[in-house]
Amino acid sequence: MREPRHITALRHAILLLFVAISVYPAINVFSISLRPGNRLRSTDLAIIPADWTFDSYVELFTEQPFLRWLGNSLLVATLVTATGVVLAAIGGYAFSRFRFVGRQATMLAILTTQMFPATMLLLPLYILIAKLGLVNTYLGLMIFYTSTALPFCVWQMKGFYDTIPVSLEEAARIDGCSQARAFWSVVLPLATPGLVITALFSFMTAWSEYIVAAQVMQDENMFTLPLGIKGFQASLSSQWGLYAAASILVSIPVVVVFLLLSKYLVTGLTLGSVKE
Amino acid sequence: MSRVLLQNLEKKYPSGFHAVRDLSLEINDGEFMVLVGPSGCGKSTTLRMVAGLEEVTGGEIHIGDRRVNDVAPGDRDIAMVFQNYALYPHMSVRQNMAFGLKMRGTPRAEIERRVGEAADVLSIESLLDRRPRELSGGQRQRVALGRAIVREPKVFLFDEPLSNLDAKLRVQMRTEIARLHQRLKTTVIYVTHDQVEAMTLGQRIVLMDRGVVQQVDTPMDIYHRPANRFVGSFIGSPAMNFFPGRIDGGSFHLSGGGSIPLAGASSNGQFPAGPATLGVRPEDLTTDGEGLPLATVTLDVVEHMGHETMVHFTLAGADHIARLAPDIRAAPGDCLPLTVRPNALHLFADDEHGRRLN
Repeated sequence: MREPRHITALRHAILLLFVAISVYPAINVFSISLRPGNRLRSTDLAIIPADWTFDSYVELFTEQPFLRWLGNSLLVATLVTATGVVLAAIGGYAFSRFRFVGRQATMLAILTTQMFPATMLLLPLYILIAKLGLVNTYLGLMIFYTSTALPFCVWQMKGFYDTIPVSLEEAARIDGCSQARAFWSVVLPLATPGLVITALFSFMTAWSEYIVAAQVMQDENMFTLPLGIKGFQASLSSQWGLYAAASILVSIPVVVVFLLLSKYLVTGLTLGSVKE
Repeated sequence: MSRVLLQNLEKKYPSGFHAVRDLSLEINDGEFMVLVGPSGCGKSTTLRMVAGLEEVTGGEIHIGDRRVNDVAPGDRDIAMVFQNYALYPHMSVRQNMAFGLKMRGTPRAEIERRVGEAADVLSIESLLDRRPRELSGGQRQRVALGRAIVREPKVFLFDEPLSNLDAKLRVQMRTEIARLHQRLKTTVIYVTHDQVEAMTLGQRIVLMDRGVVQQVDTPMDIYHRPANRFVGSFIGSPAMNFFPGRIDGGSFHLSGGGSIPLAGASSNGQFPAGPATLGVRPEDLTTDGEGLPLATVTLDVVEHMGHETMVHFTLAGADHIARLAPDIRAAPGDCLPLTVRPNALHLFADDEHGRRLN
């Protein structure tokens, strides 16, 4: 039986409302980034103001160390992603395939760490970093981000590997592979969607994180993007144009990466829901 | 030479579960040996130990002249076909078949030749560039066979390869496997829970139960001379009828009344007196009056199959089946005098082992 028209219209209206609520802040920030000067508020309802200008964007690249912050963020995020993917790939495999003393306890410990909010871990991790003499270093920041992202990534990869039949590895071993070669040639290619999620999660953790970076990094030359952008907001006078422009530019790589890898995201999230 | 020798093979898990107990078996070069039994009998565990996928707790495995207990699966010169095919999903059919050869550093030209030949034998040339997900169940099974064939191994191992196929395809693939063996003449160890597969494919059958070998014999000998009650009940469809009773004075006295002379049931006519079980296959019960009289029974159910008539009856409180001629006129409630063919009596001891007495 066909759905009544008014129900369809109502359904679409509610969905549009929620889309508008989600998209409005981003549109507003985009609009602010195109306004000349530091106009946060405006009576003009147009998304693109009549006197739009790219001045804020130009100033970001020419008068602000935006590119340095970008480079710092890329460096940290890339290394955290690479480390996270490698460790989660092999750690998840170990938990999935091997039975060793302490396996259950370790898995429970991993699960337990997810119950704590990141801010609770901030002080103990900072003390650890300080004792290692890694405050104000990229390595210190990487350790922070990797150790907070890794438990989820390992758990996620473990679940993913559980969906890959062991018989595939057994077939590979009979075909002449060692266990390591079977992992590399057979299991890892099949775990690509899971690795993509791990990479995205690790990247997001490092790319847009502010609080930890604010504690660890003191040298302005080593600021990541969130730290640098926050500097545009002062107690007496905030540079809203620069703030908005930088926010838009910081979001673009993440959006691009999500769009490029969206098919893996869907596969990774739903695969494993039904056991083969 | 690709003889396989299993000596006192044992598999005991850390939990204490004893999956395989003291299994000794010699599989001759080029022989098609079937391991059959109910679920959990240890047949797959035995196969996996031969493959090197399970550690051996005790005993030895020899393939050819080589002891292979500590040899990696890839170095045992074996190929295995799995129940779920285990095709690599991210590789094409060609790549699946070539993978093992590639791992061994086989030259590309040789790989292409072998893959081409195997594809030709299995009629899967048109599938070589497809992925496993684009294939039907039967096609996947052929590819799994092809992946094994290209290796030209000493021993083929099959782990219930037809279980996931529908009935019609199963019959078709059974014939393919039989033809393949006749062509390649390689030693085969084939695991199945299906007695029809065991009887039709095996040159010899190993029947296992709870980790213990019950009988090793040709299909016909297992069928006509089961070594114990378990073998008698497992092989044959419908299953063998068992009648409890007692041996006394050269006759078997049924618990429900009546007796059958045992003069022709043994070569020396000697039987220990005491409780025993008489086994009679459904097809060995007749109504022609020419065999040994069993009992006059009241029919519960009559099934006219066309090529035969199956009658169900109760005797001494238990249900039994007789397979009679298709033209028999019988209906539920009818009384029918049943006789047994003289050379079709199977006598088993009335103990936990139920070993054959005649």
